[in-house]
Amino acid sequence: MNKIMRGFLVFLRRNPALVGIIGVTIALSIITDSFLSVYNIINVFRQTSIMAIMGFGMTMVIISGGIDLSVGSVLALSAGVSASVLSGGYAFLGILVALVVGAAAGAFNGFMITKGKLQPFIVTLATMAIARSLTLGYMQGMPISRFPDSFTFIGRGTVAGIPMPIIILLSIFILSFYILKKTRLGLYIYSIGGNEEATKLSGINVDKYKIYVYVISGVFAAVSGMILAGRLNSAQPTFGTGYELDAIATVVLGGASLKGGKGTVYGTLFGALLLGIIKNGMNLMGVSPFYQDAVKGAIILIAVLMERKE
Amino acid sequence: MRKLLVVLMIVGLLSVGFAGKIGLSVSTLNNPFFVELKNGAEQKAAELGAEISVVDARDNPAKQLNDIQDLIQKGVDILIINPTDSDAIVTAIEDANNAGIPVITVDRGANGGEVLVHIASDNVAGGVMAAEFLAEKISFKGKVVELVGIPGTSAARDRGKGFETKLEDYPDIELVAKQSANFNRAEGLRVMENILQAHPDIDAVFAQNDGMALGAVEALRAAGKLDQVVVVGFDAIDDAVKAVEDGEMAGTIAQQPALMGSLAVEKAFNYLETGSVYIPVDLKVVK
Repeated sequence: MNKIMRGFLVFLRRNPALVGIIGVTIALSIITDSFLSVYNIINVFRQTSIMAIMGFGMTMVIISGGIDLSVGSVLALSAGVSASVLSGGYAFLGILVALVVGAAAGAFNGFMITKGKLQPFIVTLATMAIARSLTLGYMQGMPISRFPDSFTFIGRGTVAGIPMPIIILLSIFILSFYILKKTRLGLYIYSIGGNEEATKLSGINVDKYKIYVYVISGVFAAVSGMILAGRLNSAQPTFGTGYELDAIATVVLGGASLKGGKGTVYGTLFGALLLGIIKNGMNLMGVSPFYQDAVKGAIILIAVLMERKE
Repeated sequence: MRKLLVVLMIVGLLSVGFAGKIGLSVSTLNNPFFVELKNGAEQKAAELGAEISVVDARDNPAKQLNDIQDLIQKGVDILIINPTDSDAIVTAIEDANNAGIPVITVDRGANGGEVLVHIASDNVAGGVMAAEFLAEKISFKGKVVELVGIPGTSAARDRGKGFETKLEDYPDIELVAKQSANFNRAEGLRVMENILQAHPDIDAVFAQNDGMALGAVEALRAAGKLDQVVVVGFDAIDDAVKAVEDGEMAGTIAQQPALMGSLAVEKAFNYLETGSVYIPVDLKVVK
């Protein structure tokens, strides 16, 4: 029993975001009477799904020692391109198109970073601009709306009372966890982030695995785009603006190091949930919209300050 | 030291206040027009003794959906929504309908869901008015530039439609450039600078909001052309009214956003008191 408790305390210390979740949950339950209800908890998870899924891709990128600033724009591009297919009534094809666009954008990032020997920050910054511009051009600045019900089910449907975005969130979470813990790719991601030279010298095709990581990030951004388009029954050319920073924040809140080699997907899930709960709580409490970002920034600082240096 | 910092920040966070009853979801507070709308709503609420909670969607339909779901969870009695997009808002309105919460829309309309009453300005009519005013100022002859708002927003579409349709009535007026500056003052400056490179001999600028118009004024001033070019804006925000008084801008189309916000709260309050809205048709606020 003592051992379990101690294990739990160690886990808490390594996951300041979880401590934050517990603290903020207790505070909000006392302050508001609408926070602690099944509906609102489901509400928070549903709102968090998009950021968390992007965060899982970003986690792998950051563990590998990189960064992906293009995720918000890639989300918009994949949603925009697939929206034109979707509005024609082809749900399955539309989803496929979105995933292909996401993967292609990721492959482009990975290729430029590895074969072009460029900094991930610069490459993905460029992709962020290019993808946003292509989205605006492709959609001619106009939103595309009204998709088949079989598609909007992704964003609005429920299975056994659980909203689809949450089911997708958990599926992607398990997939990401499996990739990082149980596959060779996962092992190499940590190893590349820890020491890229050593990994290369031990005969591993580092370039190949780095490209995979950016492809995964692009595909996860596309999945988020599908959920977003499904929830709103509309794709907007401005989708995902600024999401890359929130995605990075969730990863860092989750205890990952921007230097690479360190991080977990469950940490990222905690980070995303913490940000989601804070946003939800501020709306429930009626915090002035002008100061909401200040609160968000303060919480990020608190969580990072609480994290002990190892 | 770390612990002290953490404690201080938590204390700071707990000192923020909270309210309820009427929920107002604004499309963006990064634009004085909607800030005035919000202020009008808050003033009216204070006057009527009603509680109001304001959320800001930052022009992001996904955030707006989340905000509205939060307000529903919070248990507001009525929602006033200023949609970021007429299609994308439908899901949120349906959610409110399902929760039995009545919805009033302001400024932009919704393309679905059950809406109690829509309080709006007629943007097409405003665009027509701008064209007429501008044409008269340049004696129905010359080269005109149009600065377009955020592509895809209904305000940009409708104002542009009214303006361009009316402009066709004047054969001697030519629309030489039409570029987007995203309803943004800094972009209005940059885009106008670029347009002036290509078209140094323009006679008038119509900007689809005052922010862009004021940006254009700066570009014209820097180029030494402010005296020769007529600038017409839209929204009548305080800065623009002052620019009109100072002779920098020729005019701006007044929309009375504060009045729209105030009316929305009044209607919401009346509905909660009496269970009915006494103006069953769309209300137009155009000046």
